Amino acid sequence: MNYASAEIWLIIAVMGVGTFLIRFSFLGLIGDRPMPPFVLRLLRYTPVAVLPGMVAPLVLWPAATAGQFDPVRLIAAIATVMVGVWTRNVLWAIVGGAVTLYAGMGLTALL
Amino acid sequence: MTTSTANPGTRSAYWAGFRDGAPFILMAVPFSVLFGVVATDAGLTLAQAMGFTVLVIAGAAQFAAVQLMVENASIALVLLAALAVNLRMAMYSASLVPYLGPAPLWKRACIAYLNFDQTYITAIARYEARPEMTVPERVAYFFGVATPIAPIWMSMTLVGALVGKAIPEAWALDFIMPIMFLAMVAPMLKSLAHVSAAAVSVSVGLLLVGLPSGTGLLIAAGAAMLTGALVEIWQERRGV
Repeated sequence: MNYASAEIWLIIAVMGVGTFLIRFSFLGLIGDRPMPPFVLRLLRYTPVAVLPGMVAPLVLWPAATAGQFDPVRLIAAIATVMVGVWTRNVLWAIVGGAVTLYAGMGLTALL
Repeated sequence: MTTSTANPGTRSAYWAGFRDGAPFILMAVPFSVLFGVVATDAGLTLAQAMGFTVLVIAGAAQFAAVQLMVENASIALVLLAALAVNLRMAMYSASLVPYLGPAPLWKRACIAYLNFDQTYITAIARYEARPEMTVPERVAYFFGVATPIAPIWMSMTLVGALVGKAIPEAWALDFIMPIMFLAMVAPMLKSLAHVSAAAVSVSVGLLLVGLPSGTGLLIAAGAAMLTGALVEIWQERRGV
């Protein structure tokens, strides 16, 4: 790494301010003003629109296996979603996914 | 951020948030330790590593920035790439407006600082499930969720930077993150519109995974939100 200390601090400061402004943007500027109905409709899907797309590559090409497809991780991910949809409970879904992951890793270690 | 002067409703909302945020400690610990290790390995001082964690407080962007700095990228490129990774949070910010818009500006500013994947998804799930919550209760809940996560994220970065050892890969803690996010999203798949949005998000996200710095994710998220809204309208017209 060939940066002067001041340059590193500049990066940190601009990233800090920039990230804050991104997070503050709509929440700060719109506040109490009403938003158009179609925008509200779009925004209702934000969590299911962002997180699955963020996680999918990590499931198919995990960083820990250097991007090699790992059937155990895929099955654990599917188990998590199935338990979550079925029970509508976050903690049960985590337990379901984690148990599947470690059971699968244990099994592959034995075989 | 204590609720000592608040009424019982906001106090119980705060502690409900604390409970719902607590499981994320599992996920924050390995990642924050790893960031401390990676940052000091890359040549950052302890103060700089902590500066990242406290001022930026966004895991994925921090890792992206340090990675590019190791490669001696130009400052402009480091900033552009790292901030692009965080752009999804503008969507989070917008989707919180209907729930938190009337809160005082300084509280919205504090929430903005603490608005990352884990706090956002936990809070929005609660707000959707309980439309009767008051705005002060929603604010208290958000702070409650952040309380166990943010200090752990910061202190464990310090531990990683000082000890210099990551948690062994054999523990597969890398996969705690996908499992936790999927576990949060799965109960939200409550209508055809939600399922369609998630399916588009996954397909487009995988298709565009090669695009730099999360731009593929932004396109995937945009397409998925539009899909959700259009399916919802289509279902309303059919009177389902």
